[in-house]
Amino acid sequence: MSRLPNDFALSNLSRRGFLKGVGATGALVLAASWGWQDALAEDKPKQFGADGMPNGWIDDPKVYVSIAADGTVTVVCNRSEMGQGVRTSLTMVVADELEADWAHVKVQQAPGDEVRFGNQDTDGSRSMRHWYEPMRRCGAAARTMLEQAAAAQWKVPVGECRAQLHKVIHTPSGRELGYGELAAAASALTVPARDSLRLKQPSEFRYIGKEGTKAIDGADIVNGRAVYGADVHFDGMLFAVIARPAVYGGKVKSVDDSAALKVPGVLKVIQIEPRPLPSEFQPLGGVAVVASNTWAALKGREALKIEWDDGPNATYDSVAYRKEIEAASLKPGKVVRNTGDIDKAIGSAASTLEASYYLPHLAQAPMEPMVAIARYKDGTCEAWAPSQAPQVTRERIAERLGLPFDNVTFNVTLLGGGFGRKSKPDFVVEAAVLAKEFPGKAVRVQWTREDDIHNSYFHTVSAEYLKAGVGKDGLPSAWLHRTVAPSITALFAPGMNHEAAFELGMGFTNMAYAIPNVRLENPEATVHTRVGWYRSVSNIPHGFAIQSFVDELAHKAKEDPLKYQIKLLGPDRQIDPRTLSEEWNYGESPERYPIDTGRMRTVLETAAKAAGWGRQLPKGRGLGLAVHYSFVTYVAAVIEVEVKDDGTLIVHKADIAVDCGPQINPERIRSQFEGACVMGLGNAVWGEISFKDGKVQQDNFHMYEVARMSLAPKEVAVHLVTPPGEVPLGGVGEPGVPPIAPALCNAIFAATGQRIRNLPVRYQLQGWQKAQA
Amino acid sequence: MITLKLNGQDHPLDVTEDMPLLWAIRDVAGYNGTKFGCGMGLCGACTIHIDGAPARSCITPIGSVVGQNVTTIDNLHADPVGQIVQQAWLDTAVAQCGYCQGGQIMSATALLKTNPNPSDEQIEEAMVGNICRCGTYNRIKTAIRQASTHLKEAKA
Repeated sequence: MSRLPNDFALSNLSRRGFLKGVGATGALVLAASWGWQDALAEDKPKQFGADGMPNGWIDDPKVYVSIAADGTVTVVCNRSEMGQGVRTSLTMVVADELEADWAHVKVQQAPGDEVRFGNQDTDGSRSMRHWYEPMRRCGAAARTMLEQAAAAQWKVPVGECRAQLHKVIHTPSGRELGYGELAAAASALTVPARDSLRLKQPSEFRYIGKEGTKAIDGADIVNGRAVYGADVHFDGMLFAVIARPAVYGGKVKSVDDSAALKVPGVLKVIQIEPRPLPSEFQPLGGVAVVASNTWAALKGREALKIEWDDGPNATYDSVAYRKEIEAASLKPGKVVRNTGDIDKAIGSAASTLEASYYLPHLAQAPMEPMVAIARYKDGTCEAWAPSQAPQVTRERIAERLGLPFDNVTFNVTLLGGGFGRKSKPDFVVEAAVLAKEFPGKAVRVQWTREDDIHNSYFHTVSAEYLKAGVGKDGLPSAWLHRTVAPSITALFAPGMNHEAAFELGMGFTNMAYAIPNVRLENPEATVHTRVGWYRSVSNIPHGFAIQSFVDELAHKAKEDPLKYQIKLLGPDRQIDPRTLSEEWNYGESPERYPIDTGRMRTVLETAAKAAGWGRQLPKGRGLGLAVHYSFVTYVAAVIEVEVKDDGTLIVHKADIAVDCGPQINPERIRSQFEGACVMGLGNAVWGEISFKDGKVQQDNFHMYEVARMSLAPKEVAVHLVTPPGEVPLGGVGEPGVPPIAPALCNAIFAATGQRIRNLPVRYQLQGWQKAQA
Repeated sequence: MITLKLNGQDHPLDVTEDMPLLWAIRDVAGYNGTKFGCGMGLCGACTIHIDGAPARSCITPIGSVVGQNVTTIDNLHADPVGQIVQQAWLDTAVAQCGYCQGGQIMSATALLKTNPNPSDEQIEEAMVGNICRCGTYNRIKTAIRQASTHLKEAKA
């Protein structure tokens, strides 16, 4: 991997240095990209989309595109591949504008280097929406340079030359030159100015928006050749596992490693210091066993005798904590949106309805547990890992080892799933710390599944309380919603007991129903573990509570839930999110990305129609509906469920309607929504992480159950809705999850009359028929 | 020293008998297609074939398979049924992150070898031990049905 010029790294450090001066220990990089920059940079005009991300975007074809003499086009992918198909989709965009033949296109993964490649944080469902336009310009600029090179060689006006499927044609004479023949001359040309580029018309697209482009890593995957974190192998490599504190903030009091060191293959036992709380993205500390293979390291770890000081979170108990946040949800809290006069409206309402919902912690549990490899030599460190945040990883390694930023190289492998867990580089820093003890040798740190489930960055736990004042027409004239949940921002600074704007903005403050009097509150919640991003984040509790409550309101009004939803949405209109006290808006411009209730209505109607909404079903079967706007994408789901006599569930069908704006790679979009549906069902039916004495009570997949094939819908259909007119791209990876749990529970209600307000569903339906009788 | 018959070759490996096959295959023999997912036989990412039958390599001590033929996803393309299954996986665009798919394909191939025409219930029964966190189960079923059809055509 080539080293960068020093000035690149220096400019980078100074930017992060600015953040360091402001708040919690320079730990705000990801936080900044999630909206904290608003508080830190009030003097600067607000920037949106890719412009607002750390290190922004780059559209230089000399960075992103190379063409070999044999014509092979290599496109650099700056985003991490974790199954969303980004290596294929971004490459399709470049290849299309470049007029490249897909058969001769390859992809190369960018190392962590944001000054060179622009922002690389693969999160927030924004890879395509932030990079579609820069990548189109990269492709168009490279295409123009090839045309210019051909014109120069033929000594003809460039206007007579046209790139077409991997060659440039001189239109008047029919002469042709292949991209490989033109590559050297083209690469010597100046990159054309941005405003001079001719982008393709949609009618000219070859790959964008089209079916049939095969995933670029597909063949490697089915042959077992794809390289994930643990597949990076070096001769003489050392293998480590780490005993970490079971309680957040725990420390090693004493360790007896004599038995561990006697295990054949064990080479060394090393203590890793934790960072004082909050732990941010740094390792939790503990005791590492380094061995000649993974098995020896695991046996060595088992033989360690460690006495722990559990620290301040040793009393974290999910049963008690639930009572605490449920109690908080019944009392007034910090008001984050207030429209009209809710007290007056409730006082004069014909009736009221209130309900409380509870959702537990979850763990991302990607199929590939955390793993990282690092090598330290002569004041430099090189690391390899499946990471969603390569730049942050590089920064944290440099900080922890006390190395200049440009002495650290970080390589991104394929990710065996991420779901937000791999945005946090704690596990890579562990490998770097250990590598420093063995200069010149590669050291791999392997997490077990138990390590992963015990020491995740957990999805928040939340209590949601709703109360509506209902008019004679059955519609709410008043809407009170309180959300109580520990905040991700507590990773970065002490005393962060309220949800941040980016968490509240996920389906809470931007609730778009046409209700005249609305008050939204966020009472305090203390934090006792690492809470982090989990696919769809706070949209999961907010969406579940709101979409369940709307179904309850429809039932109370004796109305069909679909008709009720459409009434509640009100007339089709575009809402400026700022008028809802929503400043975050997923980092996007409120003008470019208003909330469009017409698009919400369309996805509802599309899903309902496809599902045959309103049809009669046998006893024990029901249809449930939910709609949720997240990551600037509109999604509705209808689920058909059967509840068996013993309370077990069969999901017969899921119809998912999606308006994510223009569709770049429709096939991968459908696959994301199919997968999000299955994950959403797993979250709803089985998902729960609980704590006792500060420790996670689940160890592995027998205790932390996730969706298996038996829970997947017998049929899942994703209906991609063509957006109205010219709208920008929406997100794809995350917005499929939030509507699933409420659609399922609304279907369960339709089937059984039993309302599920607390997740997971698990065994709550045992005996439902007796309850009904 | 234990000799492992792996992917058609004898591999003398300097390992203890209790080492799970998974780690022997990955760390020592150097085949990377078999993945670690849980270490308890709960997720199926490490599925291999021992004399053609599916097994979880993370809970199979290497000492217990001496003399038996072990096949991993790395060499499945040499198996005519495996090839058809792999092609069906590609045609159906099953994989998202792909990490579990080697194990899924090994389980599916073992199923189709004993039951070339499985019902949906039989597919579920055979595949329920393989977790896919990306949630590709519907496409896995579709791919298995396609492979089953192609197997029949290949025989006809």
